[in-house]
Amino acid sequence: MEMEIRSTDREALAKLFAQWRAEGKRILAPKKSGDKIDFAPVTSLDEVSLDQVQTVQSPKTAVFPRVEELFSFSSMDGRVEIRERDPAAVPRTVIFGLRPCDAAAFSSLAAIFTWDYPDSLFSARLAATAVVGVSCSRADEFCFCTSLGGGPGATTGSDILLTAAGGGAYLAEIVSEKGRQLVAGAGGLFQPAMAKNKESFLAKVDVAFDRDKIGPALAALFEDTAFWAEQSLRCLGCGACAYVCPTCACFDIQDEGGVSGKRLRCWDSCGFGLFTLHTSGHNPRPLQSQRWRQRLMHKFAYMPERQQVLGCVGCGRCSRACPVDMNILEHLRAVAEAKP
Amino acid sequence: MSDFQPKIVAFVCNWCTYAGADLTGTSRMKYSPQVSIIRFPCTGRIDFMLLLKAFANGADGIIVSGCHPNDCHYSSGNFHARRRWIVFRGLLDFLGIDVRRVQFSWVSAAEGAKWAQLVNATAEQIRQLGPFRGYQRLRGAGVE
Amino acid sequence: METLRNKARELLASKTVRVVIGYGRGSAGGARAVFIRDPRHADGLIFDGTCLQNLAVYLMKPEVRQLGKAALVATPHALRTILQLAAENQLPDHELLALAVTAAGDVVPLATFSAIEAHVAALNADLSADEKAELRRYEAMGLEQRRTFWEEQFSRCLKCYACRAACPLCYCSRCTVECNQPQWIPVPAHDLGNLEWNVMRAMHLAGRCVNCGDCSRACPVGIPLYLLNQELIANVFADFGFRSGLAAKSENAMSTFKPNDPEDFIR
Repeated sequence: MEMEIRSTDREALAKLFAQWRAEGKRILAPKKSGDKIDFAPVTSLDEVSLDQVQTVQSPKTAVFPRVEELFSFSSMDGRVEIRERDPAAVPRTVIFGLRPCDAAAFSSLAAIFTWDYPDSLFSARLAATAVVGVSCSRADEFCFCTSLGGGPGATTGSDILLTAAGGGAYLAEIVSEKGRQLVAGAGGLFQPAMAKNKESFLAKVDVAFDRDKIGPALAALFEDTAFWAEQSLRCLGCGACAYVCPTCACFDIQDEGGVSGKRLRCWDSCGFGLFTLHTSGHNPRPLQSQRWRQRLMHKFAYMPERQQVLGCVGCGRCSRACPVDMNILEHLRAVAEAKP
Repeated sequence: MSDFQPKIVAFVCNWCTYAGADLTGTSRMKYSPQVSIIRFPCTGRIDFMLLLKAFANGADGIIVSGCHPNDCHYSSGNFHARRRWIVFRGLLDFLGIDVRRVQFSWVSAAEGAKWAQLVNATAEQIRQLGPFRGYQRLRGAGVE
Repeated sequence: METLRNKARELLASKTVRVVIGYGRGSAGGARAVFIRDPRHADGLIFDGTCLQNLAVYLMKPEVRQLGKAALVATPHALRTILQLAAENQLPDHELLALAVTAAGDVVPLATFSAIEAHVAALNADLSADEKAELRRYEAMGLEQRRTFWEEQFSRCLKCYACRAACPLCYCSRCTVECNQPQWIPVPAHDLGNLEWNVMRAMHLAGRCVNCGDCSRACPVGIPLYLLNQELIANVFADFGFRSGLAAKSENAMSTFKPNDPEDFIR
């Protein structure tokens, strides 16, 4: 079925926000916070910031919360009661203003969370979330979506993709069934398409490397300890890259409370030394270089191999957030160009 | 708020304040029942995080008490504790946590009366400050 | 910069050091840490207003230590960090060459801790007037306003521990947050856990922090962590007359005491 193209404008979008609020939906959108711009719950379009190239964090918290209760427990007289979360009770959410790279990331997350064990909470959150993306009119040196099959105007993963066409007007591509339902429920807020060329409003992001080369190159470089040591000498082993990343899905599970309490799931990072530390004290990845190698291997070799999807969308957040400028694009170029 | 019964946790050292509290009891002095006493070998052992854990677990007020300077059973434990309290108090205040909710004291094994006065005064202070909702609200916040 | 590059070349060619830890040009016109081992790569060294990272953090990293004897391009904060690490018995003397770079671009090699001490003595180790003024603004805010300010700030904390990783003085090979018997600081980044982590971090740096600001620069969500550290720096000086990072042999403020430490708040 051919994708329907419509048009809308800021005024209509503001009304759409009000409608979503009236329907009890949570709206997550980029919002200024000090000198950073990040996804936060908003109630009106006025709060939304769209001039930035990218936000600090991804919107993955909508489907993979930073801290999530899995169940609560209490015990009394030797009996233990467990109260599971009701997947039907997750908040209905609209993510507004994310970029095409962020929209593409949901399929990477879904590949992990529905792989060998169907994660009901994740699936419920994903089903309850509508994605209204905004294409990119600007990019910076950290962006490399096109090298991974994405693009500043790519529609994959969005339910509706908006493209700013000047003067407050937007082209609106209705990508999915969810998108069609949003439009159907929005009265006259989406008008027929206007005769504008979407491409003319998009940023240019040159392809930086051949992505088909990366997997085999990584495999060939696996034993090259000097290569990995060189790349990772300045890495401090914090979790910033994993936490801002839209596709990173590693998590920890923690029980809090005592006789009664909660089981929580929270984000984790393969960059931490603790990540693979055994109770015995043995660590299969004792060096930061091995942990850095694992990060790239997981995203560009293991995930494509096992889940047929890349673990990276080229958003560049990790590079921007890294306190020591571990620029993943630079590192991938080095991988692609390395002579084994 | 007249029926508010403040929960107060007291972190005390074994050799002085705990013994002093014992004396209060054996002397049949009555004092506010709001306090739960936790016994430590020395105030030097009291980790500042324990105070935050007490607040997180529902305490509205805290007492921290030990031997007078120069009387510490381990010579200098209370001196180290004092330094820690000075710095921690400043940090709590800077973070917007009301330091009137934490009462520090030196109560010796002979000061049974002082212990009773201390607990009563602290209970009254906390009663006036009210339940520590601001802190207890943090529990569960940020969990989806 | 050419003086610095020449010095690096000379040090490496003569094998006086095995690695020069300095700054190179990074992404988006910024600087990043570089580890020069080949004298031919010394051209990559820079030193300008973008060179802010406290490179002393790499002195505690096993992967860097095993490169061998190092020269470190040291900002004033890095120099104080070296002295603080020395005071905490983390660095042996005579095994590190600190390269202080003056405003004019001259390189001052400091091969011993006493040389670093002499150099640091000429610096102002106090908080700047602007920093003090900013602290006073927060102090004047009032308790409730400060509480809501920090509640909002910590609600954004991710517990990514970039602050910890960036800090040269957070060098514990097994950080307290990594112990789970008991799990003293909660792992999940909920509001309570975030407050507890940030309190812990500030307290564990009390009397040690040299105010380099790397924690705040590292924070991906822009929490002004430096405020906590600066408040404690000011208080530790006001209450105990103590400043960190000035001498290779020094007491630690939090493991010593004076008989007359202030106790007006103690009943």
